[in-house]
Amino acid sequence: MAGTLKFSPDDRCNAFITTCAEAPFGEGVLAGTAVAVKDNISTAGIQTTCGSKILEGYVPPYDAHVVELLRRAGAAIVGKTNMDEFGMGSTTETSAFGPTKNPVDLERVPGGSSGGSAAAVAAGLVSMALGSDTGGSIRCPAAFTGIVGLKPTYGRVSRYGLIACANSLEQIGPMARTVEDASRLMSVIAHHDPRDVTMLDRPYDHQPVAGVRGLRIGIPEEFFGEGVDPRVAEKVRDAIGVLEGLGAETVRVSIPGMQYALAAYYVICTSEASSNLARFDGVRYGPAVDTRKSWHEAYQDLRRELLGAEVRRRIMLGTFALSAGYAGDYYTKAQAARRKIQEDFERVLRETDVIAGPTMPTVAFRLGEKTDPVSMYLSDILTAPANLAGIPAISVPCGRVDGLPVGLQIMGRRFEDERVIDAAYTYEQEVRA
Amino acid sequence: MTVDIGETIVGLEIHVQLATATKLFCGCSTDYQDDGPNTHCCPVCLGLPGALPHVNRKAVEYGLKVAKALDMRVPEESEFARKNYFYPDLAKAYQITQSDKPLAVEGTVEIEDDEGHEKIVRITRAHLEEDPGRLVHVGGGSKYSLVDYNRSGIPLLEIVTEPDMRSPQEARRFLNKLRTILEYLGVFDGEREGGLRVDANISMRGSERVEVKNISSYKGVEKALTFEVTRQRNLLRRGQKVARETRHFMEGRGITTSARSKEEAHDYRYFPDPDLGPIRVTGWLAGIDLPELPTARKNRFMAQYGISLNHARTLTGDPRLADFYEHVAHIEPVLAATWVADTLLGELNYRNMGIAAVPAEQIIELLALLRSEAITDRAGVQVLREMLDACAAGKPCEAPAAIVEREGLARVVGDDFTPIVQAVVAANPQAVEDYRAGKKGALNFLVGQVMKETRGRADPRELGRIVSEYIDTGGV
Repeated sequence: MAGTLKFSPDDRCNAFITTCAEAPFGEGVLAGTAVAVKDNISTAGIQTTCGSKILEGYVPPYDAHVVELLRRAGAAIVGKTNMDEFGMGSTTETSAFGPTKNPVDLERVPGGSSGGSAAAVAAGLVSMALGSDTGGSIRCPAAFTGIVGLKPTYGRVSRYGLIACANSLEQIGPMARTVEDASRLMSVIAHHDPRDVTMLDRPYDHQPVAGVRGLRIGIPEEFFGEGVDPRVAEKVRDAIGVLEGLGAETVRVSIPGMQYALAAYYVICTSEASSNLARFDGVRYGPAVDTRKSWHEAYQDLRRELLGAEVRRRIMLGTFALSAGYAGDYYTKAQAARRKIQEDFERVLRETDVIAGPTMPTVAFRLGEKTDPVSMYLSDILTAPANLAGIPAISVPCGRVDGLPVGLQIMGRRFEDERVIDAAYTYEQEVRA
Repeated sequence: MTVDIGETIVGLEIHVQLATATKLFCGCSTDYQDDGPNTHCCPVCLGLPGALPHVNRKAVEYGLKVAKALDMRVPEESEFARKNYFYPDLAKAYQITQSDKPLAVEGTVEIEDDEGHEKIVRITRAHLEEDPGRLVHVGGGSKYSLVDYNRSGIPLLEIVTEPDMRSPQEARRFLNKLRTILEYLGVFDGEREGGLRVDANISMRGSERVEVKNISSYKGVEKALTFEVTRQRNLLRRGQKVARETRHFMEGRGITTSARSKEEAHDYRYFPDPDLGPIRVTGWLAGIDLPELPTARKNRFMAQYGISLNHARTLTGDPRLADFYEHVAHIEPVLAATWVADTLLGELNYRNMGIAAVPAEQIIELLALLRSEAITDRAGVQVLREMLDACAAGKPCEAPAAIVEREGLARVVGDDFTPIVQAVVAANPQAVEDYRAGKKGALNFLVGQVMKETRGRADPRELGRIVSEYIDTGGV
């Protein structure tokens, strides 16, 4: 049943950087299914840019592990989706290939950094897509565009071939219109890969099951505090009420470490990124370097010219946070804060089975609305903690405010992605019925 | 005016390429010496975006072997860190190495000091890291350089010593000893170019320390350090100060030159590599078997074979040579030691040959001929040379007996000499007179004449006896 899928989408949202007009596919559970892949996941023979000028024209000679698995499952890889440059942003506006628009409202951002994948799914161009989530990059755009997005447990999906932004935080994960599709895609991509030594051999092989009777849901006060739009909070409380109506118990909990979460997240993320992105120096990527200059000058010129403002800002922050005399105050402290947050989540998840709250503090912003980097960073406050703790977290649509989608976020214990999927599935089935 | 200059203090950092079959973080073969550039590469060692490292078990085992042989402590946990710096040969713009948590710490190596006494050089640490690629300068005023990534990812073990050496000669002896140990362990290929690279720290006690970087031959270390001793002592003698700096060794000219300070101003921003987890391998130590190490083997050779310290030291200085000796020693251990350690080694060095090229069975046969006195020492050397020349030319190696036969080198004994002795004595009446007058040199002259006629087939001592008897008993 192998064949070729013709793909010529009406991409009015600018969801794709690259499309494959004729996408080959094979046999398997996803035979002939159009799947979009975020443009930071390596695809042999298909340009992979990370939304950056510096990688324009880079065609990887190898497939990421997840892409190998997609191909083996018969999927048709129809294109590479737009993203914030190297995943650095929450709106998909920092892409060198222009912003992606939110299919729900073309004046709005789709969230980010996996905004292209979210928009492609939300606009119906594909039924499922791969994103990656470093501090909310799957869940934020899923919430803003009204789709489902799962950030798996750290170590559940191979990162081999994922062009790293922050290695210790990020995971590739499924994005789809339904929990069932997200789960289906997850069962294709979550298989052990010895090339990623940070993963465990815990394959995901699960069919979503509805039912939350006796499920203990922790409601952290910090997820409903200052900065969270009350109307968003109300929608999320309503959604949790739905689960209570189905027999779940709610427990008020507290995650005091949350106060350090954003600071810790941004220090760790920028530190790792500053090292990861150093290899983009013009020797092997990007246009030819002016050989009349010495190599360090040529590096500087090229990186200044081809990396966007947000990327340069984060490289500088990370370089500073790791530098001699400052690493103790920043990088080391951030790791200590991270351990504190991990402990808080572990403690709470001993008393409860899952934790629920809003995915994003607000609905989707207007294009160009967030001009100040710090206010952009603040929007990650509810998503970044799950990355610091390495726990699975899903965003599932739970109504609208001003016509814009709101996401319910459900987090669980490490390697209990199934439970998180089931809780989200229960809610989705109940409200759909 | 004399200036009081402190003693020489030397510490070394040695980078050893471990002889694993594959690279440190990927499955690429390390055997690229005979292949073209960029033929032993994959996404991992090319540092392609998205590729992830995974640690080669064998490299860790080799590291532990060295740790055990140098009597080092292996901490419960070690970790890989990123050393961040830009250089065109560095694929990822960071080198994966070990910083705060090395594989092993606190060891010792025993060497001889300049007076021939045993002394201990303390080892600070040993850690694993990846070799970068290699820049190839095209030359001829070319506007670019090329990068060869075949070397990228080759496992290195960096061994750091305490500043325990007191002269360039001690540093050389330390390196010789370390190299021998590494070869015994089978973790290092001494023949490989650039397989051992050294950074040396040297100071005169009380003055600033200078780091001489990247000395690529271990013989260069003594040269570079000797140059530095002279340079630093001259500065101090003139009342000047030694600047704390990094210097490069110019192998060809045998001098060191100051590195530009710009290259020194590095902040490597070390942090644990988030792609690699911690290494907990103390449990492996029990399963790591060490071979007999050089010192133990040297002592055993003296006890078991009754050979001299000098011969034992020479023979155990290279595991292949020691193996070779043990293979041929059964003929007659002391005779074999002399022939292998002195004669054979000398002939090999002269021909720039390795011991591996020498057919042991032929040497056994040669030793047997010598033991039974079927040929003289001098004829033995000639046979050996014929054999080695054939080996060096890639020809089949003739058996010693065949060479003896062909060249007529069999020892001539007793009466066989009588006609020759007769002729020589008859032809040199003046020498015979002198001999009778008690001049010792005269006998030597006559024996020399007979030796010449017999082309070395006779034992000079025996010949001396025959000639003197012949004259004394009035054969004339």
